[in-house]
This record gives sequence, structure tokens and C-alpha cells, in this order.
Amino acid sequence: MIAYPQTEAQAVDAVFSAAIQRTALNLIGAGTRAVRNPNDEGTGLSSHQICGIVAYESAEMVMTVKAGTPVAEVEAALAANRQMMAFEPMDHRGILGTSGDPTIGGVFAANVSGPRRFVAGAARDSLLGIRFVNGQGQVIRAGGRVMKNVTGLDLVKLLAGSQGTLGFLTEVTFRVLPVPAAVETIVISGLDDLAATKAMAAAMALSVEVSGAAHLPASVRGRFLGGELPEGEATVLRLEGLAGSVSVRAGKLEQIMKAIGPVSRLGPNESGVLWREIRDVHPYADGTQKPLWRVSVAPSAGHQLVAALRLEMDIDAFYDWQGGLIWMRMEADPQGELLRRKIRALGGGHATLVRATDEMRAQTPAFEPLPDALAALSARVKQKLDPAGIFSPGKMG
Amino acid sequence: MNSIQFLPPRESVLNKRETIINDLGRLVPANCLIHEQRELVPFETDAFVSYRQMPLAVVLPENTEQVAAIMSYCYQNSVPVVPRGAGTSLCGGAIPQLDAIIIGLSKMNVVLDVDYPNRAAVVQAGVTNLRISEHVGADGFFYAPDPSSQLACTIGGNIGMNSGGAHCLKYGVTTNNLLGVKVVLIDGTVIELGGKHLDAAGYDLLGLICGSEGQLGIVTEATVRLIAKPEGSRPVLFGFETSEAAGACVSDIIASGIIPVAIEFMDKQAIEICEAFAGAGYPLDVGALLVVEVEGSDPEMDDMLSRIVDIAKRHSVKTVRESQTATEAALIWKGRKSAFGATGRIADYICMDGTVPLSKLPYVLSKTAEIIDRFGLRVANVFHAGDGNMHPLILFNANDPDDTRRAEEAGNEILKLCVDVGGCLTGEHGVGIEKRDLMTHQFSEEELQQQMAVRSAFDAGWLLNPSKVFPLEGRSI
Repeated sequence: MIAYPQTEAQAVDAVFSAAIQRTALNLIGAGTRAVRNPNDEGTGLSSHQICGIVAYESAEMVMTVKAGTPVAEVEAALAANRQMMAFEPMDHRGILGTSGDPTIGGVFAANVSGPRRFVAGAARDSLLGIRFVNGQGQVIRAGGRVMKNVTGLDLVKLLAGSQGTLGFLTEVTFRVLPVPAAVETIVISGLDDLAATKAMAAAMALSVEVSGAAHLPASVRGRFLGGELPEGEATVLRLEGLAGSVSVRAGKLEQIMKAIGPVSRLGPNESGVLWREIRDVHPYADGTQKPLWRVSVAPSAGHQLVAALRLEMDIDAFYDWQGGLIWMRMEADPQGELLRRKIRALGGGHATLVRATDEMRAQTPAFEPLPDALAALSARVKQKLDPAGIFSPGKMG
Repeated sequence: MNSIQFLPPRESVLNKRETIINDLGRLVPANCLIHEQRELVPFETDAFVSYRQMPLAVVLPENTEQVAAIMSYCYQNSVPVVPRGAGTSLCGGAIPQLDAIIIGLSKMNVVLDVDYPNRAAVVQAGVTNLRISEHVGADGFFYAPDPSSQLACTIGGNIGMNSGGAHCLKYGVTTNNLLGVKVVLIDGTVIELGGKHLDAAGYDLLGLICGSEGQLGIVTEATVRLIAKPEGSRPVLFGFETSEAAGACVSDIIASGIIPVAIEFMDKQAIEICEAFAGAGYPLDVGALLVVEVEGSDPEMDDMLSRIVDIAKRHSVKTVRESQTATEAALIWKGRKSAFGATGRIADYICMDGTVPLSKLPYVLSKTAEIIDRFGLRVANVFHAGDGNMHPLILFNANDPDDTRRAEEAGNEILKLCVDVGGCLTGEHGVGIEKRDLMTHQFSEEELQQQMAVRSAFDAGWLLNPSKVFPLEGRSI
């Protein structure tokens, strides 16, 4: 069962009575990206009906919206002023086979970011202020609407990415940026994973301001842009900004990358499609329930991890964030323990099981298990926001 | 000054002073422990010099293990701890108290690892901000947050306060450039958060610790983001008739979709002070000055500057002066970054740090002038205008108690004004003791209790920097 409060006050009532009765609540937006836990018995509490744009100061690059507002509505309002969310939130519907309108609250509750994240920050970096209902049914404001604000503890960061386990977001205020006037993508073909990692690191060491760096191995290359990328592996680098500036930088980057492999270019339209497909993990929007991992490691460790795993199992993978974000589809079992052990051996990071069957989920925790001291601290933090333990107990560390 | 109170010292700690010092002596080498009164004096305050308190002792550990041992000891013996980097806090964040030991990180100043392929550096917390950029500069990289005190201030302190700087309009503040930390909790537990990968697992405790003013733990190591240096950068001076015109120009630049790397504002008083100190070539015949910095290749900078000049003309800009050489550019920044120090040469001052929405800049500037007039004081405004982070420097005579009281009262009014127009008490300096008692103006009782509850998850006994951030009244401990 899912309850849909229409107002923050109604949400307060719902949380308050759940706290008194000690019944669990699963906090959701539209449920398009929620990691489903097969053992969840709680009632759903959705912010979906608490919606609408509260304030949009385009001249100050700040927007305040209620948490249940559809992402599409936010993006349309921004686009009308040639602005955008710099962190490029991904859409999970393709890979999860869900439907409905993803909400802005869900974006921030899950700290969902896309390809630009590795240079422009995550959703949490754009989030300036929030209103949320804590586990005692109190409305708490944190942060504000200005870009620089160090007043008090940063509960904004704490709530961002807490997956609905610390509080029920009712309103978010975030920074937006102008849409770049021009965009171009440099494609380097035929690099193996190691060579691609080196090429991406080299590009990031230049003053050309790359805003997207992904490597698409041969196995997935054909699933992007309707198969129109050049033959072989594709290492793609995005440049954005003022038109004159982008073409100068693209020329410079092409000259350097030519020494590494054959280079071609994509214009604005193809670039737009390609980076949206990378953002939304298009190759694995395959209608299956094959386990899909989202792995974050140091950029130079990504290809090593994939190579090490390939020796032991059948996987398919591609890379974003200069090689540090790996989308990995397993052909059979999720192999969570093995995967997480290898991540630790390569210097650390974390893996999230984004898609799996209920049977797999029962065996493998979706979120990275934390070391004991950190798990104990996290539990204490949760207890301070949700003393009765009603928000998705057991979901996250 | 004495209007801001500290927690009353714990008699149980003061009575055990000799024992505590002896015990600490067993945890660190002799040259890492300071307890002679004469030697403690340099630690009695920070850059918020109006207030001072002697610490019980100062420990300067050499490594994380020693920090853990000291913290564990303090935890078991209920001894308050005040963490300290370089002591450059402008809000009293590092001022000790009679029953506290200072844990200073100045000896932990090693750059541990520079990793260009992963664009990250791992440094000990006592490494100064500027040293990171100096360390990687020759290889074409830099560390972006650049507080004016960057020559002295440490990364550990920057993390404690979530420090900003002039260039965060484009690159963000400390929290946006911090990838990981090693933290010692109050009971001596050492935890690691984040690393060279992005978005640490679990709750964003990294984001929570950044800016927590030394109340959640002591950071001993940090992994920070390195960024490739731009091809070039160019600060340009724009002189205006009035502060209001300059403020309105700032709003229009941002509204036009142009985001320079920095937009710094100086009013007439600040221009005169800085020019006398640095000889930067600032025009003296204007009412307000903007330093706008753009970066990129020459054609990119030309393009962006021509757009900015067009906007400035709409606000009757009087002077536009581009730096022609690297030396000129450096002088322009030297003048700006030495503003606080230069002001200190002509008067005592307290520096406000409120942030306001950009559209409110002109209003807040004129209201500030009104408030200052009403209290019969002088003010110099020099601040990061691009993000609305204001720094009115209120000039006064610290030897005159009445002058001092009026300066504090005027400052409080200005900060309340910042909150009332939709901004906040502090944009980058932190709350410390200075703004602690104004927190109730920005947050409700329930909100403060929630923050304090989360704080207690880290330090239930309130031993870490306990006199700071949260009003002393109404604490739930």
C-alpha cells in the first residue's frame, strides 16, 4: 500500500502516527528508481502529490520545488530559460523497466548524477537547501537558497543520497547553470580498456575542460547512437561552452588524440543523444533482470577491476567518469562478495546492485556493506533522525 | 570584548591539570607537548583576536596514531579538545578554553601522494592550502579553493570550516573539492571516508564532517581534487560611481548566463586601504570596484570580457582596466587578498561573512551603510560578490569599550539582515563563537535540536570544541 499525502502537513501526520505505532514506512517519489527490498513490509509514503515549482530565480540560478515535482517539469522550466541541472540526473526507467514520472525529490534522495558529475559535482553538490520531515514528524529546514553557506551542520549533504532512510524530503532548493551554447564530442576509436584509461587521464590533464569522458568497449559500442559510432571501441570526450571556444578546444584535443588512435567528431545533435544514452545506461536497458552493478572506483582502477573479474566470470561493462564509474552486467549471479573484495584490493570504492531479481536481492545487499566502525556510526546518525527506526529499516548501513 | 561567553570550565579537569599533562607526556614525544604558560600564549586566540582563553595544554601530534591515542585519553577522562590548524579562523573556531587541550595539526604537514591520472592528492591535515597548488603547479594542476589566508591556513582547518575563497564561483568550495578524509573520532576510533573514487558508500558523512567546525572528529588526512590549470586567466578592474551600481552589475552578469571564475567587490574605503598597502593600481576616483576574473584561451577570454564590458556599460562603468602582464594580474589579486591584513593596519576590525541572494546585494549594501552610520562607525566592504558572500569589515577601536560594543551590535544587525533577506549568517568563515548566539535567528528550536542530535551521534559527551556553533542555552546534553 502507498499513501500519497497532498501537503507537507499531511506527510507530518503520516510520519507522526507511524512513529507512534512503530510501523515501517518506505519513502518514495514515483518509485521509478527505488531499490526494492524483497523483505520490505512497510507502507509506502510517496511525495509524488506534493508538487509544483515554488520559486525559480533564473537570474540567480536557483530553483525551489516541492519534492514530488516531476523531473520532466523541472527540466522543461529550466530549458525555457536555457538553464539546466549541471549534474545531469540519469533516468532509471530504461534499465529497471519501471514507469511513471521520476520526481526531483527522488533525484536528490538517491543523489543521482550523470556524466558531468566527475567535473561538475554530484546532485548533492548542487543542492543548496531542503525541507524534510524527520522520524519524529518534525519539519526541519537545512541549508538555504544561497550558494555559500556554512551555517551549522550540513544536514543537506547528509540527507542527499540517504535513500529515504533519514527523512522525507518535501522541498528542495538547488543551483542551476546555463546550458552551454555549443557541444562537441571527440571519438577515439580502437583503444583497449587500458589505452582508453590513459587517453582519458591525458585529456583531463589538459586545459581543454573536458566535461564528459567515457569508454565504450566493442561489446556495447553498437548499442549507442543506433550503431553509428565508428567500428571498434569508442573512447568519447565531450567539450562544452561558447561556440568559438569549443571548436578551438576540439581542434587542440583532436591534434593530441590523433597520435593515439583514429579520431572522429560528433556535432551537437549526436552528442546530445550519445551522452543521454551514456547517462541512462542504454546498452543495459535490455528488458532483462540480469544483475546490473554500478561501481565507483578510482579512474585508473576501473579497467583493472573489469579485467580481474573477466578471468572468473562472464560480464559486460562500460565506463564513464574517466573510467571511475563502471556499469557492469553479470550474465549469471551478481557475485557481490567477489566483486566487493576485488574493489577493496584495488584501493577501494563501492558497488551498488542497481538491478536484480528478488532471489538475488535476498542474497546480496544492494548497498556496499560498511566497515564495523562506520556502520556503528551510521546507525547512531540514523537513530538521531529517525529514533523509532521507521524509515526503511535495514535498507542502508 | 566579553559579550560572548564560554562554557564554564570543568573543575574536575582543572584540578587534574598536572596529571593530565603527565599522562599526555607519555602519549607523545616531549617536543610535541606544550604546557608552560609562557609558551601557551600564542595559542590563546586565533584571527578573531578580540577573544582569548588559555588552553590547559597544547599537543602537536606527529601522526594519526598519536591523535587517536590523545583523543582516546581525553574521551576516557572527559577532557575537552579544541582542534587547531594554523589558527587563522575569523570566527574564533580555534580559540581554546581553560579546561581544554588543543590538538594542533601543524606537525602533520606531509604531502603523501600526488596522483595525476586520478587527479587527486593525499595530504596530511597540517599541509597549508597554498602548498598543494604550489606542489602540483609545475605539472599543470591546482587545488581550487583559495581562502585569502591560503598562505597560512591548513587543509584540516579548511575542511573544518568548509572554506571558500575568491574562485569558488566557478570551482566550488572545500566540500565540492574534497574526495576523502581520515578522521579520528572522539573515542580514538579511526575511520576513512571516501577516497579517490566518487560518492563514498553509505551516508554522506564526508559532506557532514566538512564544515562541522571540529565538533565531529579530527581530520588527519585528506584526499583532495586536483584540476588542470586553465590556459590563461585575466583579472579585469571595473570602477563604478556607486556601490549600488557595482552590485547591480554583478546581478546582471550572473543573470546573463556568464559565470566568471571570480567577481570580487570593493567599496571606496576598501579600495583606499588595499591600494595604500599593495599598490595594485586600483582607481581611486571611483565609489566601488569589481575585480572580474575570466579564464581560458585568449580568444575565449576576449569573448567573455567583451560581453561583461557591455553589461558594465549599462551600469555606467567609469573605468575598465585589463591587466597587461602577469605581474599586474598578481598585484590585482595581492591587493584583494591582503584586504583584511591591510585593514588591520589602520584600525581594529571585525569581519562579517553573511551571504545574501544576488538580487538583494544593492539593498543590503545600502542598509549596511545605514546601520553603520547609525552606530557612528566606519565600514570597508570587500567581498565575493559573484556568490553574494559579503564581508563588511567594521572598523573600531578595541581599546574603547563603547566602540567595541557598538561594533558588535552593528555586526549582529547586519548578519540578521542577511538572514532576513533570504541569506545566511556565514558563507565561508564558520559560526565559531562569533555567530553562535545568532543561530536562533536562522534556525528554529527544532532545527537546532536536530543538528545537535546529529552532532551527539559523533560526540555524545560534547568534548569536541564544545563552546562553539550552538548556543550554550538549550543544549540537550
